[in-house]
Amino acid sequence: MDMVNLTIDGIAVSVPKDTTILEAAKKLNINIPTLCFMKGINEPGSCRVCVVEVEGWRGLQPACVSKVSEGLVVKTATSTVREARKNILELIMANHNRECLSCSRNLKCELQTLCNDNGIDRLPYDKKIDKGCIDTSGPIVRDPNKCVLCGRCVSVCSKQQDVGVIDFAHRGAHTTVTTAYEEGLAGHDCINCGQCIKICPVGALQERDDTAKVWKALENKDLHVVVQTAPAVRVALGEEFGFAPGTNVEGKMVTALRRLGFNKIFDTNFSADLTIIEEGNELIQRIRNGGKLPMITSCSPGWIKYCEHKYHDFLENLSTCKSPQQMFGAIAKSYYPLKADVDPKNMFVVAVMPCTAKKYEADREEMQVDGLKDIDVVITTRELARMIRQAGIQFAELEDGQRDSILGTYTGAGTIFGNTGGVMEAALRTVADELTGKSLDCIEYTQVRGMAGIKEATINIADMEIKVAIASGTGNAGKLLDKIRAGEANYHFIEVMGCEGGCINGGGQPIIKDKSTSEEVKAARIKGLYDIDRACEIRKSHDNPEIQKLYSEYLGEAGGHKSHKLLHTHYIAR
Amino acid sequence: MDKVLSARFGKIKPDSVEEYIEAGGYQGLKKTMSMEHVDAIEEIKKANLFGRGGAAYPTGLKWEQAYAIKKGPKYMVCNADEGEPGTFKDKHILSEDPLELIEGMTIGAYIMGAKEGYIYIRGEYAAIHRIVNSAIENARKAGYLGKNILGTDFEFDLKVVSGAGAYVCGENTALVESIEGKTGRPRQKPPYIKNCGLYQMPTVLNNVETYACIPWILKDGGEKFSSLGTEFSCGTKLMCLSGNVKNRGVYEIPFGMTLRKLIYELGGGITNGRKLKFVHLGGSSGSCFPERLVDTKICYYDLKKAGFSLGSGAVLVVDDSHCVVDYLKTIMEFFEEESCGKCTPCREGNLRMVEILEKLTEGTATMDDFTKMKSLAQTMKTTSFCGLGQSAPVPVITLIKYFEEEFLEHINGVCRTGVCSMSGKAGK
Amino acid sequence: MEKVREILNRYGNSKENLIQVMLELQNISGTNSLPHEWVSFVAETLDMPISKVYGVITFYSMFGTVPRGKYLVEVCKSGPCYVTGSKNILQLLEDKLEIKPGQTTEDGFFTLILSSCFGACDIAPAIKIGEKVYGNLTSEKLSEIVDSYMEGQHNG
Repeated sequence: MDMVNLTIDGIAVSVPKDTTILEAAKKLNINIPTLCFMKGINEPGSCRVCVVEVEGWRGLQPACVSKVSEGLVVKTATSTVREARKNILELIMANHNRECLSCSRNLKCELQTLCNDNGIDRLPYDKKIDKGCIDTSGPIVRDPNKCVLCGRCVSVCSKQQDVGVIDFAHRGAHTTVTTAYEEGLAGHDCINCGQCIKICPVGALQERDDTAKVWKALENKDLHVVVQTAPAVRVALGEEFGFAPGTNVEGKMVTALRRLGFNKIFDTNFSADLTIIEEGNELIQRIRNGGKLPMITSCSPGWIKYCEHKYHDFLENLSTCKSPQQMFGAIAKSYYPLKADVDPKNMFVVAVMPCTAKKYEADREEMQVDGLKDIDVVITTRELARMIRQAGIQFAELEDGQRDSILGTYTGAGTIFGNTGGVMEAALRTVADELTGKSLDCIEYTQVRGMAGIKEATINIADMEIKVAIASGTGNAGKLLDKIRAGEANYHFIEVMGCEGGCINGGGQPIIKDKSTSEEVKAARIKGLYDIDRACEIRKSHDNPEIQKLYSEYLGEAGGHKSHKLLHTHYIAR
Repeated sequence: MDKVLSARFGKIKPDSVEEYIEAGGYQGLKKTMSMEHVDAIEEIKKANLFGRGGAAYPTGLKWEQAYAIKKGPKYMVCNADEGEPGTFKDKHILSEDPLELIEGMTIGAYIMGAKEGYIYIRGEYAAIHRIVNSAIENARKAGYLGKNILGTDFEFDLKVVSGAGAYVCGENTALVESIEGKTGRPRQKPPYIKNCGLYQMPTVLNNVETYACIPWILKDGGEKFSSLGTEFSCGTKLMCLSGNVKNRGVYEIPFGMTLRKLIYELGGGITNGRKLKFVHLGGSSGSCFPERLVDTKICYYDLKKAGFSLGSGAVLVVDDSHCVVDYLKTIMEFFEEESCGKCTPCREGNLRMVEILEKLTEGTATMDDFTKMKSLAQTMKTTSFCGLGQSAPVPVITLIKYFEEEFLEHINGVCRTGVCSMSGKAGK
Repeated sequence: MEKVREILNRYGNSKENLIQVMLELQNISGTNSLPHEWVSFVAETLDMPISKVYGVITFYSMFGTVPRGKYLVEVCKSGPCYVTGSKNILQLLEDKLEIKPGQTTEDGFFTLILSSCFGACDIAPAIKIGEKVYGNLTSEKLSEIVDSYMEGQHNG
């Protein structure tokens, strides 16, 4: 490898050719501040926060995109550089809506850190350009007056998620990031995945805060309020309270929920197991009876909306199963009330999700049975953390609590729904037993694990070569579907999750402060889920006793009449 | 005085190939097609031609580098955006002798092996697009464009692409983005457009006037061209004289003439019996300097020594009825309007410059504001993403350098010319 | 939408001709602007996200997204025109047309715009009405020019 020698702030360092000044400086523990830079996703070199002095070069250079060369002499904190950086941060602050105290990103904002670290002590300007009203049309709230025009959200939306619903508009100081005609996201093709929220350095993009609805329900004595928590929540919620990413804080989470006042604390992992029964059955039916293949999973509402907008020709491939969130709600308002002797109309179902698109999913027309909405409110992991803090609960000190039956038991298969490849593996565990007629011991399908955006595998089950594919991130899903359209690939079963890495990386998860650690955090959260799976006594969905009881006492058979009414849905070509 | 570029202005029907040839046109191309490519490039190097758009990069060197690039296809692109205020020379070439531009591009295409060329003309020159398109059509009919040019297997064709109102598209990477149908936000350099330009391919991009010099250089030889002008600046330059001067217009002058001669002799001196307060040279992004410096010769070297740049060749003459602060506000409003918005220093910096200048004209500016303005100007100059943001503070820096007293007077609520409202002073 | 389709076809339905297509569409719109419907149609035909197309048309000064007057009256406010009296020209026009910059006359005839330099510095102060440039303006000349438009002398 060609190495290049240079000095930064008088210290010599040797790095591979094509390294940027920013990366070389990091090796020397010099953290040149950045704002717009997001490696691999957004590298416009436009904010100019990272400018440094390079001997012999005219003007100051952006460290994030300037490559090193032999003998370079770089200075990162001379008075010229500090003055420039200060001027630039003052300029950014001047057109930023500074309501830090009431902003959801207070204390977790990159601009706050930059201003604090670079000695911004006053604002020399008055004028502020009005960039438009706050967009509250959907689950994602946009405040263009907080936008610092870094372009990260535009990049993630168009390059990573292949949606492109927002872009730069206008020019000069009137430049804004917005939808066409500056309309609400809800009226455009936004899939609500929330990847934009996570990558935004400030509070310009946030989730709609629905905690008020939850507080209200909890205080209503007439309501029977139950809560389900998604698999991915338990390995990330801890980050909001100082725990390392991937730490399983399920026990503390249950105790906190108990203290908040929920009547019952259930688990989405339970309904994930339920989804496997229905979906596994649906897949086998399609394979045996020449139904539409490949069958594609339907638990990710961001992916579903993406498919409804861009891939109408694959709508019939989608499994008709509702997502675990929705299935839970349907069962919680039909089976559970019977058992608990509660009036279904007084049921109030809250879902805690790592996902912002789940808020949209809960409000879809189709997601109701007999006039009752499956899910009443969805709150994200971040919102739950907020509620816990508001209640003064010292999360880290809590004892572990126990989930409730009859919708609270889960298997390892249900748990791994939270990461890419997990739904596939869960389904394979059940389908394999069904097709072979045996209870197989070998249940870890490592071929479908891993963080690659697109994975393919062929699984031999009962002398059948089952061809599967897994995609995470709608951009990758699109690439996979394009291959199928072009006739270059064919599969029996495809798992798609709207977010890269799966739900553990959902739009509602705790925001990673140091984005350069994103991959490690994702990996840690995924490992957390596989660890829970391994520690579970029961690891196959069909072995879940509460699920077995649900079928024997209420649903009858998988794919039967009751299942179809409660647990299946349809899609719309948009 | 030798008229080179403007020799045919007003004398021929602009889109007529026959009249163009009769007046000496296309001889340059014919000569080039009988020479080795390296010899043709050598003539351009001998001519010592510098880019006439404002950046003044040596054209011979640029074409030599472009020729050496092995990747393809190569594109010839002409920057006819002419957005720099005070500049209108390219308008004259495009509307009065477009074929000299076309011939220049064709010569370049022959040397580079380029098959396609684009002339990016600003949208505001819509009426002129038609003339240029007509000239191209006629050149095609006469066998000077298209396939089998002059009966050989040399093929090259040109397309006029219209701008849509953005000064920033005069910057070469922004121009290329615009030809590609996108917003005119500049690209990062490196890579430079000679390696990675239009459609990521090697691109030769030159100003209208630069291309227009090429036929002459090939026709009469590089040495003849370099015999005009000075030792450092060869050939002629189309200067654009405007402002408070009697004879505004385009003047083709040999390099070496002083600004004084241009303004007072050719230009007829200041209008309304007033005195010259300052010259704004090279367009709104150029330097401003007072009357005592107008004996400087119009030559890249001399001007550089004095701390100025020729830029596009625009000479805006401002008389003593004007206030430098009020004038500067107008100039910075232009940059505020035209900034593409990509980088912080230019997008926000120009806005804040105008804000401070407004305070100065209203008499509410403080010393802190003035200090901030100077600091901001340096930051914009050293950290802006492209030439627009880097040059926008030049009039600020130069006007403060030569007229600091007037700025300080404004802080004290005084506008010596009486132009500024000082409307905020009442509150002081 | 036939006209729109025809223009798109003429430009090969290719993304790089977006600006050229939009310029032509605006010219035939009759309102010096790009109707929302047409913009959506172009985005769909060129297979581009509409947010990107909107980004392009709002970037360039010449495009209008809301209907404007039949004639755009542009007054240059850059340096060379400024020092030769563009402020007076603007005042005269504001008085004659009874509108401020950015506004359109009630009959939908004229929209008054402040613009950047359009290369008429040798005849400053200058204005541009549609494609035509008028310079060396006096109060009388200006009045005559505006009247000639109102009398329909420039139709077609």
